[in-house]
Amino acid sequence: MITNKKPRSSDTDSNYMRDDRTEMSEDDDRSPPSDSIANGSCPTRTCTPGSGSGSGSGSSSIPEYSAPYPDRVLENVLENVLWFLTSRKDRNAASLVCRSWYRVEAMTRSDLFIGNCYAVSPERATSRFTRVRSVTLKGKPRFADFNLMPPNWGAHFAPWVSATAKAYPWLEKIHLKRMSVTDDDLALLAESFSGFKELVLVCCDGFGTSGLAAVASKCRQLKVLDLIESEVSDDEVDWIMCFPDTETCLESLIFDCVECLVDFDALERLVVRSPSLKKLRLNRFVSIGQLYRLMVRAPQLTHLGTGSFSPSEDVAQGELELDYVSAFAACKSLVCLSGFREIVPDCLPAIYPICANLTSLNFSYANISAEQLKPIISNCHKLQTFWVLDSICDEGLQAVATTCKELRELRVFPFDPREDIEGPVSEVGLQAISEGCRKLQSILYFCQRMTNAAVIAMSKNCPDLVVFRLCIMGRQRPDHVTGEPMDEGFGAIVMNCKKLTRLAVSGLLTDTAFAYIGKYGKIVRTLSVAFAGDSDMGLKYVLEGCPRLQKLEIRDSPFGDTALLSGLHHYYNMRFLWMSACRLSHQGCQQIAQALPHLVVEVIKHEDTVHTDDYADTLYMYRSLAGRRHDVPKFVSIL
Amino acid sequence: MSSIPKEHDYIGLSEAPSMEKISDKLSSSSSTLSTEENINSKSSSTSLNLKETELRLGLPGSQSPERKLILPAAGVSLFGKDIDTNSTNGYPLGPLKNLVSGVKRGFSDAIVGSSGKWVFSGSNGSEKSCVAGPAKKDDVAQSPKPVLEKNSQVAAANENSSAPAAKAQVVGWPPIRSFRKNTMASSLVKNNEDVEGKSGYGCLYVKVSMDGAPYLRKVDLKTYNNYLDLSSALEKMFSCFTIGQCGSHGLRGQDGLTESRLKDILHGSEYVLTYEDKDGDWMLVGDVPWDMFTDSCRRLRIMKGSEAIGLAPRAMEKCKNRN
Repeated sequence: MITNKKPRSSDTDSNYMRDDRTEMSEDDDRSPPSDSIANGSCPTRTCTPGSGSGSGSGSSSIPEYSAPYPDRVLENVLENVLWFLTSRKDRNAASLVCRSWYRVEAMTRSDLFIGNCYAVSPERATSRFTRVRSVTLKGKPRFADFNLMPPNWGAHFAPWVSATAKAYPWLEKIHLKRMSVTDDDLALLAESFSGFKELVLVCCDGFGTSGLAAVASKCRQLKVLDLIESEVSDDEVDWIMCFPDTETCLESLIFDCVECLVDFDALERLVVRSPSLKKLRLNRFVSIGQLYRLMVRAPQLTHLGTGSFSPSEDVAQGELELDYVSAFAACKSLVCLSGFREIVPDCLPAIYPICANLTSLNFSYANISAEQLKPIISNCHKLQTFWVLDSICDEGLQAVATTCKELRELRVFPFDPREDIEGPVSEVGLQAISEGCRKLQSILYFCQRMTNAAVIAMSKNCPDLVVFRLCIMGRQRPDHVTGEPMDEGFGAIVMNCKKLTRLAVSGLLTDTAFAYIGKYGKIVRTLSVAFAGDSDMGLKYVLEGCPRLQKLEIRDSPFGDTALLSGLHHYYNMRFLWMSACRLSHQGCQQIAQALPHLVVEVIKHEDTVHTDDYADTLYMYRSLAGRRHDVPKFVSIL
Repeated sequence: MSSIPKEHDYIGLSEAPSMEKISDKLSSSSSTLSTEENINSKSSSTSLNLKETELRLGLPGSQSPERKLILPAAGVSLFGKDIDTNSTNGYPLGPLKNLVSGVKRGFSDAIVGSSGKWVFSGSNGSEKSCVAGPAKKDDVAQSPKPVLEKNSQVAAANENSSAPAAKAQVVGWPPIRSFRKNTMASSLVKNNEDVEGKSGYGCLYVKVSMDGAPYLRKVDLKTYNNYLDLSSALEKMFSCFTIGQCGSHGLRGQDGLTESRLKDILHGSEYVLTYEDKDGDWMLVGDVPWDMFTDSCRRLRIMKGSEAIGLAPRAMEKCKNRN
């Protein structure tokens, strides 16, 4: 059942793929890159136009073998047609047809997506694709978010910004995820791209408000400045004040993760002179009274992040008397609400007027109880995305299940992320959600206790599930009612949810769970494993059974070299494999490196550990056309 | 499902016997693996003793035996530490260190520091590790010296700021991003102190400001060995600023100073390098031994010479007092 995919001789297709959807975590399932652009793929098969369209007799009489002159008419036609292709899967397919199509596709690709910034060098990317207007880059693997990666590992934006600055002076959009970005990089960006429109930084770090100031002041066409869960250092520069004094093009300004004060008056003036502003997400330094003032200025907002949602310390009285209800009522277009960073629950009723319109509500920083939630949620009939803290308890989730029939995505975060506490949400809440929210597609659920029964129920009640991430916070906790491992629950998920592409497992899991995943998880692309499994077989089941697996991240599980080697047939089809605190030896990793030359095999060392044996601390490997990277820190060895 | 392959064995290791039980289970389709078989398969397949974590009515226990047996490095988690204060296995933890909680996406332990600095003395880390009961919310109070990774520049709370009740804490678990952890912490404590000199285990970031420059930079003092290194680095860093005429983002100021000019200025009387020490006093850089300087320096400032008069004597006094 496992087809051994032969490496297709295409140049870096897999690295450039991007799905139609804008969701950043989409994967591709293309074949591995091989360095055979001119050599392998279509050596002599230049494009004689089969359709005959546009190929005048003149060109056909010239032998094409030397062909530095492609059929111009055909290429023009192709160009016009290929401009319309947006899906990167389609584009990669088109680029494989023949050399001519390859060339034209490269010329017409405007959105460059690089799922792993080390999979290809900036020079190579910019030389192939010449007319790019938007660049998306992803850097560090996801486990870096949880302190499992040493600092200074890499994923530097710098080489990319300098390459693109030279190659694409007309660049409009840059979208980065988990990259290290410096203020200098941002300054260079601001200097180099005169028509720059959109900057989105997700989970990035390394820069501060001075970099933002550079962007704000120089990018006069800026429409979007979105900082999402990034670390922004306080350089004591008021970047809000750096926006030009004239009317701006701003449509989206998201800075809820910026942990420093902004000058409110400057912000208010900015909002006033940004008539196109639709999305505004404030940081926690904006009080509710200030929020009021902004809302009054910008009733056209569709997405609002409410900042602290509590009165500021000094102006308490005046703030509490403002008519928040009217302010919210005036925002008739508001569909997405978030913030509530330091919520005073008494202020909550202010949002009643817009509940019925909301499609997305993020309460995940709001420590509210079920009682406080109910009046709100009972009006949110259209809600599709809901992020919340477990402070609402199972009871709160039941309320959600009762009303939110359109719910597509639910995330329940722990207020107190420790392992051994009682925990306010459990299988009861999960069961309720599964019964009430039948259209659920994506769930992230943190809890302290769970049962197989509830997970099985969800697998049956919610057949549309695409993403199932259950985090039982106590490591290796079994089903708390039966005492059994959680194998059956997760097995049911992969068995019954036919659309499932992303899975994160937890709790006590034996190799059986992985056998289920390997057997039924045929379209799973992303799998996260922690503290699970018994033996190498667990990993083998997955590597042998899941042909679409793209991203595999494993920590603290007893998988060793045998298991690792069982995936040789598949690693070129993956974006990356992460294994930390497993049982991999350096030899095992070395074998992989030798067997697969286009794989970069990084062994990341924890310097401080006393290595009593030869186990590798962390293995992070990924396919790449660029070979070893040049910015390897000391604690990383590339085999 | 294909039969369990035994021959996928590139390096000649034999398969664990337990897998046959599993494959039987599978081929007979969904029958629940009994607990007993779980135990058997587990204990036969590896030397893992997971019995302690199974079939418990209560919590799985205070130690994390499975972690120790998995990890080669003496039970120490990969980039973090287990606090195994209640270990009954007697398994030596190797370099038994307190949990060093990293901050943000930083990695707390990839640090080279003298062993003396490892102890989490007095900070919430060590206190927490000894607390067995339910921790209060104040456990997330920021340590005055949050551990920083080299790239991070923002003051933030400890990574694993939640208290380890009875069980040993593990880095990166549960998988909550630092921003969220820090946010919940700060919303509990409402503690927004800005730590000027963020000293970490091997990282010592301090802000460097220059009078007249548009924005601050940050340097990690640990990357320098002496004053010479530091001052040349600073010269390079600030050479792009035109003194007295800084555009908003004068990174590549057109009238930028050359390095040598800045150096002249720094060595001349126009600008001096000063620092703010632990006590909040501003001192001249260079008066005390380098190590003492890195210990006490919280912040650097390239100050106009005229303002720096009178700093020198204080520095010498302090030096004497300390010694």
